[in-house]
Amino acid sequence: MNRHMFFMLAGAMSVVLPAIASAQTELTVYTAVEAVDLDRYKATFEKSHPDIKINWVRDSTGVMTAKLLAEKDNPQADVVWGLAATSLLLLKTEGMLEAYQPKGVEALDKKFVDKDNPPSWVGMDAYVAALCYNTVEGEKLGLKAPKSWDDLTKPEYKGHVVMPNPASSGTGFLDVSGWMQMWGEEKAWSFMDKLHENISAYTHSGSKPCKMAGAGEAVIGVSFEFPGAKAKSAGAPIDIIFPTEGSGWEAEATAIIAGTANLEAAKTLVDWSVTKEANEMYNAGYAVVAYPGVAKPVEHLPSDIAAKMIDNDFEWAANNRATILKEWQKRYDAKSEPKS
Amino acid sequence: MRHALSIEPTPTGIARAPEVAAPYLEISDLWKSYGDFVALRDISLSIAKGEFICFLGPSGCGKTTLLRAIAGLDLQSAGRILQGGRNISTLPASNRDYGIVFQSYALFPNLTIEQNIAFGLENTGRSRAEIATRVTELLATVGLSEQSKKYPAQLSGGQQQRIALARAIAISPGLLLLDEPLSALDAKVRVHLRHEIKSLQRKLGVTTIMVTHDQEEALAMADRIVVMNHGVIEQVGSPTEIYSHPKTLFVADFIGETNQFPAMVLKDGAVEIGHSAFDCSTKDLAAGATATAVVRPVDIIPHGAHAHVVSAVDRPATPQNLIDAEVREMEFLGMFWRTRLTAPRLGERTLVADFSVNAVRRLNIETGGVIQVEIPRDRLLLFPRSA
Amino acid sequence: MNITLEAPYLPLTGKRLRQETSRDDRIKFGLMAVIGLYLIVALGAPLFVMLSKSLSTYRFDLAAFEFQVSDETRTKWGRVVTGDALNRTLAAVAEADLASSTDGRLAATKFFPDFSFRSPVHYRIRGTTDDAAFLVGSTLEKGTEWREYDSGTFRRIMLRPARTLGLDNFKTYFSTPALARSIYNSVLMAAISTVVTISIAFALAYGLTRSCMPLKGLFRGILAIPILVPSLLPGIALVYLFGNQGIFKDWLLGYSIYGPIGIVIGSVFFTLPHAFLIILTALSIADARHYEAAASLKASKWRTFTTVTLPGARFGIVSAAFVVFTLVITDFGLPKVIGGQYGMLAVDIYKQVIGQQNFEMGAVVSVILLVPAILAFAVDRRMQKRQVALLSARAVPYVPKPNARMDGICFAFACLVSFFILGMIAMCQIAAVVKFWPYDLTLTAKNFAFDLMDGGGWSAYANSIRLALLTALFGSVIVFAGAYMVEKADAFRFGRNVFHFLAMMPMAVPGMVLGLAYIFFFNNPANPLNAIYGTMTILVVSTVTHFYTVAHLTALTALKQMDPEFESVAASLKQPFHRLFFRVTLPVCLPAILNIAIYLFVNAMTTVSAVVFLYASDTKLASVAVLNMDDAGDIAPAAAMGMMIFYTNVAAKLIHALLARGLLARTQAWR
Repeated sequence: MNRHMFFMLAGAMSVVLPAIASAQTELTVYTAVEAVDLDRYKATFEKSHPDIKINWVRDSTGVMTAKLLAEKDNPQADVVWGLAATSLLLLKTEGMLEAYQPKGVEALDKKFVDKDNPPSWVGMDAYVAALCYNTVEGEKLGLKAPKSWDDLTKPEYKGHVVMPNPASSGTGFLDVSGWMQMWGEEKAWSFMDKLHENISAYTHSGSKPCKMAGAGEAVIGVSFEFPGAKAKSAGAPIDIIFPTEGSGWEAEATAIIAGTANLEAAKTLVDWSVTKEANEMYNAGYAVVAYPGVAKPVEHLPSDIAAKMIDNDFEWAANNRATILKEWQKRYDAKSEPKS
Repeated sequence: MRHALSIEPTPTGIARAPEVAAPYLEISDLWKSYGDFVALRDISLSIAKGEFICFLGPSGCGKTTLLRAIAGLDLQSAGRILQGGRNISTLPASNRDYGIVFQSYALFPNLTIEQNIAFGLENTGRSRAEIATRVTELLATVGLSEQSKKYPAQLSGGQQQRIALARAIAISPGLLLLDEPLSALDAKVRVHLRHEIKSLQRKLGVTTIMVTHDQEEALAMADRIVVMNHGVIEQVGSPTEIYSHPKTLFVADFIGETNQFPAMVLKDGAVEIGHSAFDCSTKDLAAGATATAVVRPVDIIPHGAHAHVVSAVDRPATPQNLIDAEVREMEFLGMFWRTRLTAPRLGERTLVADFSVNAVRRLNIETGGVIQVEIPRDRLLLFPRSA
Repeated sequence: MNITLEAPYLPLTGKRLRQETSRDDRIKFGLMAVIGLYLIVALGAPLFVMLSKSLSTYRFDLAAFEFQVSDETRTKWGRVVTGDALNRTLAAVAEADLASSTDGRLAATKFFPDFSFRSPVHYRIRGTTDDAAFLVGSTLEKGTEWREYDSGTFRRIMLRPARTLGLDNFKTYFSTPALARSIYNSVLMAAISTVVTISIAFALAYGLTRSCMPLKGLFRGILAIPILVPSLLPGIALVYLFGNQGIFKDWLLGYSIYGPIGIVIGSVFFTLPHAFLIILTALSIADARHYEAAASLKASKWRTFTTVTLPGARFGIVSAAFVVFTLVITDFGLPKVIGGQYGMLAVDIYKQVIGQQNFEMGAVVSVILLVPAILAFAVDRRMQKRQVALLSARAVPYVPKPNARMDGICFAFACLVSFFILGMIAMCQIAAVVKFWPYDLTLTAKNFAFDLMDGGGWSAYANSIRLALLTALFGSVIVFAGAYMVEKADAFRFGRNVFHFLAMMPMAVPGMVLGLAYIFFFNNPANPLNAIYGTMTILVVSTVTHFYTVAHLTALTALKQMDPEFESVAASLKQPFHRLFFRVTLPVCLPAILNIAIYLFVNAMTTVSAVVFLYASDTKLASVAVLNMDDAGDIAPAAAMGMMIFYTNVAAKLIHALLARGLLARTQAWR
């Protein structure tokens, strides 16, 4: 009884209080987008929609996903903007997303839109698996830059490759799921068995391998293109390599949290997120965006990245994630302990 | 000393008949137990206004427990306490009317002497000037006017003790409780303070209870002494009563020194000690009863080597209580000689006797000599002993 | 005149007497209830919820699903069968594989071996309970209504596990080699670090108490430095010193710093001050008379050492060993940075929760991590109790005599350790101001441009200071008031004992565990305190609670030194307890309170473990920023932020010293 009373009271307060505070609709938006970009997005959106105010809540993809799942029974967010599509799929399977067909979504590349109708999430941009290769350290060791995923299993790279742990990093998982979708499970596992022999460390974060390569802590970092470009700008002696076989990728996407009290404003924001204007802004950091024909090349990155992207089945990846990770941990976590 | 004590134990729950003049503090049927251990066993005691009472006993006898029950610091398990006609049995300490001095003095270290004494006066509606006057007066009373701005740590133990006393009496309490107030001091200061406390108490007329394990202190200061042991009151009485007429063997033994001999009542007025009969008051002990005979070393009268010297002593001696004794050891203790005697009539046991320097010189008592000593009939005390 | 009545037992005619409560008692009772409630809400309840979470398992309940298959014409339907029945005949899924996690999925096609997505047959599925859930692709379906799908869609049907109670999580844990291995790793690392740290700390403390080496004060100061930095910082320093681009990489003879070597060196660094202080105290109270006796018996130096010095300090050594062991096994920051692939329990919690959103498994690891910590804590408590009896009030302090060789050795060793500590800090300082290690060594301030990195920017630093100040303020108040109630409230013995037990518990609860427990407890909409989740308040509450025990013991020690009769005197003088409290107790204990405040401040600045699960986007902290920046590979900015924490703590210590001196001059004149 008391509990219900409390709920009703709390519910009433949360509806009434903001309304008193301001005539504007405030949207709580969870995001994993780079901190530096947020102000730009906010300013541009609010300029054209003065009645809506965005309150960003930003954190890394893993933390944001954990936070959203933890808040499953008591969601705090109205909109999720710029979270990995795989994470959004996870939320979708928990029934946490409000399906909505944004105005103008037809213009987007189909790869970037949830296959259900109406879609539960729509993509903004993509990050694509890539290798960061430290040319200085490579030369010192007399190595040649790898061209393909398969090259990574060459014995000369033993102890020089760093990749993110798929169990704790979204980037790590997109690598693994990419290999599996390209080659089938069996071949992918045998590739990883060989790759594992060359790995010196599995990191917790997806951008760290590239930064480690940049700092010479590793020669090759399996990562994605964005931190590579950033590290190169900062002066790291690295080459960013897109393996010839193709690359797994992940979309950053937007969705509405089911049960939000500000559904109309949330829809307005999602509508805006698929516009050409918004996509042009995504292009500032990301070489591949959802709106075809918008992307201009990004410094240090080739212009044809989109062509390297494999045909990614997000649903398959999400539904097989638990099984794949269980197997991955069985194969490599235990083995990666130092032999004593 | 009108109301010595409640003589008859009354059954719990039945109201006591009003006494002629109501006592100031009346404790009835008080019990205190900690689990299975009984610290106070059915204590009843009345104290008149203005009396100076000492709770005396060995450590663990319950005297402090009783004091703390009166103070409301440790609630008794059962029993009733009346103070000035008010039932204070279950009142919290702060609602009772007393001042207290602890063994540690418990002076507030960060407050000056003045501030310590003024602590209980503040917050009571007194004006600042009033408080200052009272503090000055109290400082003068305890003779520490010069030290008012000092902190407790800068004073000697005796001075701290006096400040604690001044703080306790500042609020003019109806009852002053002293918990071994002198035991932390050295001997000389202790003796000096005894007098001060006693005369201060006389001057103020405040009813006072002092807990002590020092019999000398109790004898010197108290109007009446409450001797306690194992949670019960053994005897209540004036110092001379307690000393001269101990009610129990424990009291006799605890206060003053004693020679103790196993004895058996022969007939009314005579007991057998060792192999001989001695005259003594057998009180209500029947013939054949076993007892402990007690005589204090100072009560033994020397008669020198020859029986005819007896006439020199002005009290008549019964021949039965006059015995031959050999002087085994002599120890000079300044004001008197402590001797250890053996007497065939007393059996194996050593008899300790204190003789005045004068008597030793006059009677020419020396180690190895044989003398006659008398155990006066009325100084030979008999206590029942279970076989 | 018969005085006593020999009644054989207490005449209990009615109830036991109860003292009437005074106003003071009621206020004290109220205060105690408030603070007791605080500890229950901030510690007891969250831990309980976490424990129950570890028992909350997810399992595919095949009996909760029913299937029906049509013929190719889709007009005739076959028998209704439960998933359970299908599995029994097919043995498609082993019993053990039915245990799952929140994220578990089981393809329905597994139970239809002749399934083909091109087949024209249709499938029907429904739950037998309202909670039975399955996915069609990524759409969640629930309930007992029959749903019909063509074979192409049926391929996308995934069964979801149901929540039950049981020990399945623990079974899964122990059957996962990588996870179970972490127990061994954690215990091994903690044991090795303990032995090394205690040896070094003992040698140092021995030198400081038993020799006449110079610069003792300076060494003491240097040895306190590691307390002022987060445990991540030694990890970062080690990467720069011994990493693949490290200056002294060759010293490791080809072994990698990432892993056990790094964990041990870093652990020694950050636990050394704790062990050193405890052993120093133990050696300081040595009795000179024992040494005189040994000398008069012409005992050799070694024999004196083994028969006098060691036994005298043995309780201190044991106590220090348990502290170090607990610190290492529960630390999260260091193995996170330098542990490489070497699994440790504390990091596993983080990986499970943040990496895989597997809260239940995180709770399981937490429960397992609680075991060694509580064991160490319990043994240490027992030892502590025995030590009290050993102290003699009449001991004569030992004064060392000069001995050139001995003093020289001690001095050299102290220099070596100081060099190690300062070297680590200096390395971080260099890393923080160098442009791009190791390729561009020009000086720069760009690593301090935190706003351009992940982790929270300068606002995280501001948040940390705010947290530290609030923690110091409210923590000191709560801790001191609590300790006062435990020590000075004369009634409510039971309540006091419960309270004291609760106050001692945080010592045994690792920060990660506390943080996770807070998520479970506070982030529950049914909890009226849900509102503090994601605010600065929950960070303050968790930090105060995490560091409660040491602060509580400090306050208790100070209070125990006060005469227990002050309260009685005040009561006899009819003064309310709060007057005594503010006039006497508080001023006398002020030095201890200031120590508690600075202790809480420094720890709030450096703590990572408890808050890493609890910070929200607008309450990010500097220490967490160090972690996240390092995580993202921005090691130089991480070092820079770590140094900011260091500077802040040094400044706080200086301010504390000045403040203490000023305040003490005014309030402690009597000393």
